[in-house]
Amino acid sequence: MNWQVMIDSFPALAEGALITLELVVISGILGVLLAVPMAMARVSPRPWLRALPLAHIYFFRGTPLLVQIYLVYYGLGQFEAVRDSVLWPYLREAYWCAIIAFTLNTSAYTAEILRGAIQSVPRGEVEAAETVGMSPALIWRRIRLPRAFRIALPAYSNEVILMLKGSALASTITLMDLTGVARTIIARTYTPVELFLAAGLLYVVLAFLILGGFRLVERRLNRHLQPG
Amino acid sequence: MEQAAIELRGIKKRFGELEVIKGIDLAARRGEVIALIGTSGSGKSTLLRCINLLEAPDEGEIIFDGEALDLKRGRDGTLHAANREQITRLRAGIGFVFQNFNLWPHMTVLDNVIEAPVHVLGIPRKQALAEAETLLEKVGLAEKQRTYPAFLSGGQQQRAAIARTLAMHPAVILLDEPTSALDPELVGEVLGVIRQLAEEGRTMLIVTHEMRFARDVAHRVVFLHAGRIEEEGPPSRVFGNPRSERCRAFLATHLAEPQGESN
Repeated sequence: MNWQVMIDSFPALAEGALITLELVVISGILGVLLAVPMAMARVSPRPWLRALPLAHIYFFRGTPLLVQIYLVYYGLGQFEAVRDSVLWPYLREAYWCAIIAFTLNTSAYTAEILRGAIQSVPRGEVEAAETVGMSPALIWRRIRLPRAFRIALPAYSNEVILMLKGSALASTITLMDLTGVARTIIARTYTPVELFLAAGLLYVVLAFLILGGFRLVERRLNRHLQPG
Repeated sequence: MEQAAIELRGIKKRFGELEVIKGIDLAARRGEVIALIGTSGSGKSTLLRCINLLEAPDEGEIIFDGEALDLKRGRDGTLHAANREQITRLRAGIGFVFQNFNLWPHMTVLDNVIEAPVHVLGIPRKQALAEAETLLEKVGLAEKQRTYPAFLSGGQQQRAAIARTLAMHPAVILLDEPTSALDPELVGEVLGVIRQLAEEGRTMLIVTHEMRFARDVAHRVVFLHAGRIEEEGPPSRVFGNPRSERCRAFLATHLAEPQGESN
């Protein structure tokens, strides 16, 4: 075991870990923003509205993340309209392609987690809101979504951890995330065990940080629950 | 004749093949307390829920203080509010107290009480808070303001739910078996609060299994059987000398039960 190479590569790996965290946080936030309206549509009494997000959800839950990343990275540039658009300077960068793929992917899973949470808000709580004259929009904003977010939190933290590990695939489109940095150094030093071990440890640290963050949020948001 | 606070005309409601309410007319004068009694499945809770459209009736008219509720037939054949603005406005003026309290668990007791006044009526937060504190004091929960519902007993939760209802200054209060989910020793404290409301001259419709309470507090008792009004009148007459055989049998079993026991 070559300890020295592990120590020497630490600064570069830490930088990669930062990119990984950035990918997860940005696509996580964008993913939730996309997931909320999809989940709301999924519980609509109107069948056509319920069906609207289905294609998105089935496609991104039913295909491998790697395929999705390739489709965005290699696929978008095929369209002239995309190449001519003002967004092209972003869309041709691996970083933004990864963000787009991760966002779409996690939004599909998060929408399903949220849908389940919305459906498990007790009917009576919504009825109570109706009886005091709250409009449907107000009930969503004040009762159903706040309740659903709290119910979904534990399952959602799991989704974020899965996303953290899935983000390693960003390295396949030249991104210098944690795995990408490790692979680049390995190509130079031929020390795969040392580098992947170090990268693995850093992933554990990231997961620990994310879970700790969720625990804090949960303690704050779910303090209304009976202890024990 | 004085205008009724609430008037129901020809209400019918079916669940699939089962017709739960078979045409009911009922009017409550302002300040009147009406107790709805009857066996399980007689339709009394369903009738109450039809009044503010928590349940969509199949037929009938609902009139609040002279204003008819605008209804339209939905695709499933039941009647729904035709006018969103009207139903939310009218609902804000009709309190509803549930058997299972249905407080919002992610808010403190105080936040539960000020939620609708602030967000539906647009009352300034400060004023709503002051009023909520008065109401919570009235129902005996002054020191539980900052508590979350899960940390309260059933009786305390129901009293908080009543305070939440009162905060909207409802012209009419509908109570759906308000003590049926409570442990026997907690029933009294909730009935005490409701009795106080009756003494203040509030218009109330109460579905209840507490016969003694109905006899003491109600101005009129309505006995429902199989979706119809089988007997109605002042409590002294309905309890003292029921005309209907079914009502007599029902009262014989229910009056025998000790106070505080229900179902």
